[in-house]
Amino acid sequence: MAEEPLLVVRDLHKHYPVSAGLMGQVKMTLRAVDGISFTLARGETLGLVGESGCGKSTAGKALMRLIEPTSGSVRLNGIEITGLSRRELHAQRRQMQAVFQDPYSSLNPKMTAGALVAEPLINFGLGNSAERRARVEDLFGRVGLRAGDMAKYPHEFSGGQRQRLGIARALAPGPTLVVGDEPVSALDVSVQAQVVNLLVRLQREFGLAYLFIAHDLAVVRHISDRVAVMYLGRIVELAPTATLFARPAHPYTQALLEAIPIPDPRRRRSRAVLRGEVPSPINPPSGCHFHPRCPIATERCRVEVPELRDLGAGQSAACHHAPAPPAATRETISA
Amino acid sequence: MTDSPVLQIEDLRTQFLTHGGIAKAVDGVSYHVNRGETLGVVGESGCGKSVTALSVMRLVPDPPGRIVSGRVLLHGQDLLELDEAAMRRVRGNRIGMIFQEPMTSLNPVLTVGRQIEEVVALHQNLPARQAAERAVEMLRLVQIPEPQRRAREYPHQLSGGMRQRVMIAMALSCNPEVLIADEPTTALDVTIQAQILELIREIQQRTGTAIVLITHDLGVIAETADRVVVMYAGKKVEEAPVTALFDAPLHPYTRGLMVSMPRLDSPLGPERGELPEIPGMVPSLSALPEGCRFAPRCPLAVQQCREEPPLIEYAPGHVAACWRAGE
Repeated sequence: MAEEPLLVVRDLHKHYPVSAGLMGQVKMTLRAVDGISFTLARGETLGLVGESGCGKSTAGKALMRLIEPTSGSVRLNGIEITGLSRRELHAQRRQMQAVFQDPYSSLNPKMTAGALVAEPLINFGLGNSAERRARVEDLFGRVGLRAGDMAKYPHEFSGGQRQRLGIARALAPGPTLVVGDEPVSALDVSVQAQVVNLLVRLQREFGLAYLFIAHDLAVVRHISDRVAVMYLGRIVELAPTATLFARPAHPYTQALLEAIPIPDPRRRRSRAVLRGEVPSPINPPSGCHFHPRCPIATERCRVEVPELRDLGAGQSAACHHAPAPPAATRETISA
Repeated sequence: MTDSPVLQIEDLRTQFLTHGGIAKAVDGVSYHVNRGETLGVVGESGCGKSVTALSVMRLVPDPPGRIVSGRVLLHGQDLLELDEAAMRRVRGNRIGMIFQEPMTSLNPVLTVGRQIEEVVALHQNLPARQAAERAVEMLRLVQIPEPQRRAREYPHQLSGGMRQRVMIAMALSCNPEVLIADEPTTALDVTIQAQILELIREIQQRTGTAIVLITHDLGVIAETADRVVVMYAGKKVEEAPVTALFDAPLHPYTRGLMVSMPRLDSPLGPERGELPEIPGMVPSLSALPEGCRFAPRCPLAVQQCREEPPLIEYAPGHVAACWRAGE
């Protein structure tokens, strides 16, 4: 049997109870993450994309148990994460670290940069004080900060440098998985390239696996080996990066790619703009969540939830009308 | 007729008093926009693109900010010489403005219809009934479904995209000669961004409004602008017709911006190299380098760059401020 991938997520759900109605008497459920499954190999990058409210950030937090998932299974290195006690979870946290969009809000302003990077080492009981100091110095060098920066406070750094600091802190305990939640979105264009390159370099040096959550599809395309597209809590398509961008199978993926402005005025085009907006996840459309906005929706899409279906060559899509795999068993379409 | 500038900014300087000294947020910037034209203004945070727009509207908070010198001509009339009462008749009437986050510029306790009514009642002297009709008409123009019903809703009841449509409706309700849009789609999802940009284009074709579109996104610029101004650290460093700018950028900063963005058609897999980086970071506006402000980050910088480079026209309408432009 083949070795299990580093991360195996199965049928992950995160639901929130919400109150509606004038007096809050109507109890409803917001299905932020509504049954997603994927795997991530050692050293691989999976991009997780979608528009605001699609559940991509919630998915990242739930699989790390920064918020508690409602149900589902998350296996990291063969260990089931969802059933662990607080103490057991703490031990596993060493393996999975997060980098957020705005490192400023996650950095204690009263601690020096050096202390911030040393903190996770102390938390996990790694090394004595001399070893910790050497490790922090090494990390500062690797993320492109100077040793002299160790005595500075977070507010003394620019946005790009703070993100480098956030990355150093995430890497300190030696994780195998890093979940990046919009890690370059808040950065200026000229600084974004620096941090993207840094993330790619560090991945090679440390053999890291990345779950790269972002809305910028060009950045995701550059950094990811495979990409998963989410819409209203579900993965609608998952494919190797080149395939997803060249031959998107799901109409939502197609619309998303179509909407990206192309930095070339000679290719200015009148595009098929996706109409309408993402509906509320509290009361999502029946059947395929995308059907009210979908140009090729049929009656079947209104009633029947499409499963994520294998289209061959590592591509899968949750669409009744996605092309069937070339020579595979073709399911009969009951229209 | 189409080539007469509606809005012309001349040698504008706006400064802020900060703890670190005087920040030269806008330092001698000139640009103009014609009727029916979209001028794109692109640059990173702190380049002065938004402060320039706020200076045009005379909305720079004073103190700590101050418009030190320059002229802002609307059809030849200098707005910087108007008294506040006269300026109020320009703002929202002859020049409309929309911002990145509509929630901060909409009044949360008034219905959106009421807010548009107030603008047209103030500037156009319309009776209440006609103002209300105009509000619904504007909401229909920006393609808000069920405009009659939506007019009675409050900003928090609308999605981000709908709020931005309301802002656009309000900004256009008095048929302004100029619309200044400051990062109008930055807070929106990409499919909603496409809708809003299309809407702005359609309305411009119909009304001939001159648009100043401020953004950090070169993709948005390429898709919407006729001409482009590139700003860096308070200065205009390049200006060109949009195709000329993308075909043959002259300033090393413009080139750096263009190549450092990952593109949808760049190679993948083993051929994928590192993204070309612009090293370092944007300088502090209160501690600017001597001469060319981009020199410390510039791969082409030479001794001469310690002197400030003048803006030189290299091709019709294509100017750049660089001693080594185009090299």
